[in-house]
Amino acid sequence: MGATVTTAATKEKIWEGGEDIHPLGASYGKMMMWFFILSDSLTFAGFLAAYGFTRFKFMDSWPIADEVFNHFPFMHGTDAPMYYVALMTFILIFSSVTMVLAVDAGHQMKKKKVATYMLLTIVGGLVFVGSQAWEWKNFITGTYGAVETRGGEILQFVDKDGKRLALADFADTTMAREDAALTKNKGVWGMSGGSNTSVSLSQVKAGLEKNPDVLIRTQHTVPGNKHEKITLNREQTLQRANDFKFVVEGANLVRNEYGHKSFGDLFFFITGFHGFHVSVGVLLNIIIFFNVLLGTYEKRRTYEMVEKVGLYWHFVDLVWVFVFTFFYLV
Amino acid sequence: MGAHASNTKRIWQVFIYLSVLTIVEVILGILKPDALFHNELFSLSYLNWIFIILTIVKAYYIMWAFMHLEGEKSSFRWSIVAPMVFLIAYLVCLLLIEGEYIHDVFKTSSMRWIF
Repeated sequence: MGATVTTAATKEKIWEGGEDIHPLGASYGKMMMWFFILSDSLTFAGFLAAYGFTRFKFMDSWPIADEVFNHFPFMHGTDAPMYYVALMTFILIFSSVTMVLAVDAGHQMKKKKVATYMLLTIVGGLVFVGSQAWEWKNFITGTYGAVETRGGEILQFVDKDGKRLALADFADTTMAREDAALTKNKGVWGMSGGSNTSVSLSQVKAGLEKNPDVLIRTQHTVPGNKHEKITLNREQTLQRANDFKFVVEGANLVRNEYGHKSFGDLFFFITGFHGFHVSVGVLLNIIIFFNVLLGTYEKRRTYEMVEKVGLYWHFVDLVWVFVFTFFYLV
Repeated sequence: MGAHASNTKRIWQVFIYLSVLTIVEVILGILKPDALFHNELFSLSYLNWIFIILTIVKAYYIMWAFMHLEGEKSSFRWSIVAPMVFLIAYLVCLLLIEGEYIHDVFKTSSMRWIF
């Protein structure tokens, strides 16, 4: 051990930028927190740039965000794009405000005030993580369902007015399913297969043929307008039914009902990585909160630790501002 | 850090700025005015440019006021902001140009999406 430690053993003075100069004028801990934030923000920039790359690459077949994220708690069936994420953004910005108020109270050595604001920040963080869980739940469950073709394209269904139809709205469920799931309770061991979708592929096909009002909406956009998907006419719709391969409900890492496959992966990966950061932030805040209560920083005569963790917490907010823009607005 | 005076006034002021910017973004995102939505500048609609610029303004307020960069020494501020701005701008430029190029290759190639 002694051989590997070089600086501690020597009496040499380490250069600190000169007496009374302090080139960066910040304590070691704060400086390192900032450099960690710098590297972490480059990581997030990499993810978001990858999202931009993929989206530009599949510009004419990318899902329309407003149709994907349109849920709001206790408002089933209403189309409420953005309100929910806007609410989440406010929750996070507000928890950033309480955090900075805690730091501010720390500068004035007001222990009680710091503790109160830290607690509010923790509550805000937990509400945000909970909101994100609900968002994921909706994303994973899905709303309408879709069909994937042999070529991997996602086809959605609309009525004559272009209003989205759920698979259950038209699928012929009187028909027997052709894809009964292979499960242990049916005496099938060690085999997997079948599906766990609410309707089977042949039920969807039969329903499509029976209901003359059902049309297919493709993954591709109308030439010259990136914001509108191509809807097939009835004749093309029936022809396209020959390419049906899977029933897709909700989203997983392989396919999702919203459109291009990368969309689901990028959503899970980027919002998941951000959610992980928020969770870590809540954990750090809880540790610091207890330290405040125990009077650790009172004894140190400085609340700088609150400031350092605060930097991390604001960084989480900063990343969310960008995730919000690129996933939900742009 | 500066003096140990209270900064609460500035904090609430920045909170209001951030809220207003977010509200403007959400309103624009819901209304999607046609003129901004369907016209483009460098492969990006005017609306998206507005969103991105407003986001950068929000990032500025979070970093300068909440993360208190405005109170740090300018050498420290630059050591953080300069690498961030240059590296991210560089990466984003390369990837987006490449993404659009691949899109064009898919679109104009002899291989078609036939099923």
